[in-house]
Amino acid sequence: MMNLLTEPVGVSHYLVVGAILFVSGVVCMATKRNALGVLMGIELVLNGANVNFIAFSSPALQGNSGFSIGLDGQVIALFVIVLAAAEAAVALAITLNFYNNHATIDVDQADELKG
Amino acid sequence: MDLANTLPVLLGLACLVPLVSFVLIVLFGARMGKHGEYAAYVATGAILIAFALSSVAMVGWMGEHKPDSAHAEHADGADHTSDTTHAAAASHAGEAGHTADAAHHVSHSDHAKPEYSGEIYPLAVIGTQLKLSISYYIDTLTVVMFCMVTLIASCIHFYAIGYMHDELHEVTDHEVHLRNGHHLVRPGRFHRFFQYLSLFCFSMLSLVYAGNIAMVFVFWELVGICSYFLIGFYFERHSASNAANKAFITNRVGDFGMLIGMMALWGSLGTFTFADTKGADGQVVQVGIFSQVRTEENHFELVVPDGMVRAAAASQVGELVGKRSLTPEAAAAQVAAETPGWREQGFGYWLLCIAGLGIFCGCVGKSAQFPLHVWLPDAMEGPTPVSALVHSATMVAAGVYLVGRFYPVFTPEVLLVIAYIGGITLFIAATIAITAVDIKRVLAYSTVSQLGYMMLALGIGGWVAGLFHLITHAFFKSLLFMCPGSVIHACHTNDMTKMGGLRHKMPWTAYTMLIGCLAIIGAGIPFVIGFSGYYSKDAIIAQALTFKNANPDHAVLFYTAAGGAALTAFYMFRLWFMTFSGPPRDHHIYDHAHESPRVMYIPLVILSVFAVSVGWGIFHLTDLLEQARPAGILTKATGTLLTVTIPNEHDSHEHAIHTAATWIAFGTALSGLLVAVLFYGIRKVDPAEVQQTFRPIYRFLVNKWHFDELYRAIFIHPLLFLSRRVADIDRSVIDPFINRCAWGVRKLAVLDDAIDRLGVDAAVNVTARGIRALGNSLRVVQTGQLRQYVTFIVIGTVALFVLASFVWSYSWAGN
Repeated sequence: MMNLLTEPVGVSHYLVVGAILFVSGVVCMATKRNALGVLMGIELVLNGANVNFIAFSSPALQGNSGFSIGLDGQVIALFVIVLAAAEAAVALAITLNFYNNHATIDVDQADELKG
Repeated sequence: MDLANTLPVLLGLACLVPLVSFVLIVLFGARMGKHGEYAAYVATGAILIAFALSSVAMVGWMGEHKPDSAHAEHADGADHTSDTTHAAAASHAGEAGHTADAAHHVSHSDHAKPEYSGEIYPLAVIGTQLKLSISYYIDTLTVVMFCMVTLIASCIHFYAIGYMHDELHEVTDHEVHLRNGHHLVRPGRFHRFFQYLSLFCFSMLSLVYAGNIAMVFVFWELVGICSYFLIGFYFERHSASNAANKAFITNRVGDFGMLIGMMALWGSLGTFTFADTKGADGQVVQVGIFSQVRTEENHFELVVPDGMVRAAAASQVGELVGKRSLTPEAAAAQVAAETPGWREQGFGYWLLCIAGLGIFCGCVGKSAQFPLHVWLPDAMEGPTPVSALVHSATMVAAGVYLVGRFYPVFTPEVLLVIAYIGGITLFIAATIAITAVDIKRVLAYSTVSQLGYMMLALGIGGWVAGLFHLITHAFFKSLLFMCPGSVIHACHTNDMTKMGGLRHKMPWTAYTMLIGCLAIIGAGIPFVIGFSGYYSKDAIIAQALTFKNANPDHAVLFYTAAGGAALTAFYMFRLWFMTFSGPPRDHHIYDHAHESPRVMYIPLVILSVFAVSVGWGIFHLTDLLEQARPAGILTKATGTLLTVTIPNEHDSHEHAIHTAATWIAFGTALSGLLVAVLFYGIRKVDPAEVQQTFRPIYRFLVNKWHFDELYRAIFIHPLLFLSRRVADIDRSVIDPFINRCAWGVRKLAVLDDAIDRLGVDAAVNVTARGIRALGNSLRVVQTGQLRQYVTFIVIGTVALFVLASFVWSYSWAGN
């Protein structure tokens, strides 16, 4: 069993940061009643995932397949960022519309889709 | 010209062109021009092409097989010095037992006539015996018939363009009274008329072209159905639809006999084909009907074929084949050895007679011979061009043609039956024609009577005479029908008692009709020249005279033929005088009468030219027919079952007989003509007084010998009675049974319905209700709370991971 605190910074540390970010995001999504807070939680989750992608693309984990240029994780992280931006735009638009209709952005008020 | 290859193609195309026209008119007829008027041009063009092809075939034939006119003259001349040489030639051939006389005639005919036959397409081979195919049989008779049919049909197509003109627009049928008191108004059926005409031409030509009796039968029925369609062309009229049914049903009676004849031939001879079928190497594969009946070794004399002998002697054959001691080959050899002996004992002769009578039965129906003649006069309900083409010139002559074609198969007994049927028909029809007042019915009975003439001629051995009369009759009778058609077109009535004096109004029609009348009575200057009927009727009377000399017992046939000639002259001129001369009887009709358009009277002129001249030497008609004579029928034939001798036809050309016949024919025709002039021409005798004097006879004739009443009493009423009883059984037995069945089925259905409701439906409903309840209970989970959903997702994911880690550790990581 290795001790993370005594090890030099490596992939595992990145993964720990990513996990913390991810869990924070999930907790944020599950607890915030403010829609903007929920959106922020989503951003946290996405970025937690991004950190993981970066970590897994570390040269230490790369095989020598010969086809890889060693940037797969970074490229996917870039896609995720673009996706997050797009998602934020759409989600903010939904939030604005919701506010126009209900004069609030409390997600607990938005239960009209219940079965 | 290579006839063997070109003739089948030429004549086959001539058959098919009208079929193409028929198909085109069926598919596009109504859209051909305004109201389908171009359909007439399509049909007329098709038949003209067929005529052109037939003419080419005829020219080719004449080039290859020049008709031998010296042949007839030789027999005509009184010198018989060459008899001895012929007899010597015959005995040289090893034919002992022939009289010198017979040998003389054998020498005329013991070479086969020119003919071409072959198979176009094998339709079906069923088992080893039954072979159906499309084949052809072409001899001089075929080519002559093709030319005759296409020429007359072309004329009649042109005539019909004018005659059927009314059908181009909406027609008000004044003979159909609707229930509301109005007349029927219907769209014109111009194109449909030409469609049927084309179909008819196709069927008729193919009938003549056919090379086997099965194919003949198919086209025989096809011309029958065309006749049915055309008689019933005005099918809204009760009389027309009844007449169509009558014609069709009466013909079925005859065709039944024909089927029996066909089966007798096929069952014993094993083939339908007329001529021998040759393989690729020229070897005979299947011997045809004609060569089985008249073999070449036997100098084409009629001999009961082996197949028929064995079929009749079935029990003897069975005895031989069934013997244990014999191998099959030995038994077959013994059967072959015994066959001549059985033939001597008379086995098979009956079968041959039955086959001949059966075939003739079909001809009786088609050619309207007694006792099936009743349909033809009623068939006049059809439009007049149809009467001219189908019911006088071609289709009804098909029966005579078939008798001519099957002549080699007929035994002397069958020929005697044919002769008597012909004689009876001739006499009955001629007497009825005397009293008929419907202009077309007079001609219809005249047709029946002339067909009787042909049958009589064929029956007494006058093969060429009968078929010669068939051709000449076709020309003048189609002419004779088209003239009254022109009159009916102008007067809108068929009743001769309302006509009179029409020759001033319609000169073309009147004088072409006069030519037709003169042709049918056989007018001519004796021994110099005459109308076509003069030659053919002379030939028949001469043959009848020869027959009378050979069979004094059957002299009545000769008197019938001679008396029929007088009656013909009388009723034909009665018709002409009543219609065209004297003062008009009905001024209203007279004032409205007018000459027909040119498209109608030009064909009349063309046909009248042929009616005058077709018997003349320039057409070589008798020579051509002489060439077509089946091998072997020139010999004198004696019956075995009845005492009858069918004389050699060439005997009738002898000077004494020919002279006598000419004078008899001339005298009878003249006497009939003079009586007609006396009654109707110069009106010296009042017909009404004569009617009064001979009232019973007159009534009898006006009622057509009561044939219709007789058939109604013998066949129709019992049949109706029977069918009513059967209907009663239907109503009292079968209907209740059906009703009971229906009731049971209904009950069953109610039961089934209950099962459906209580069983199947309930099961389905319970399932549905359960699923609904499940859904409702799961509904609670869907709160719509976003945060709760996120929580669920997280919990679910974590649960999955935990589960996966368990599974992983126990199953995958375990090994």
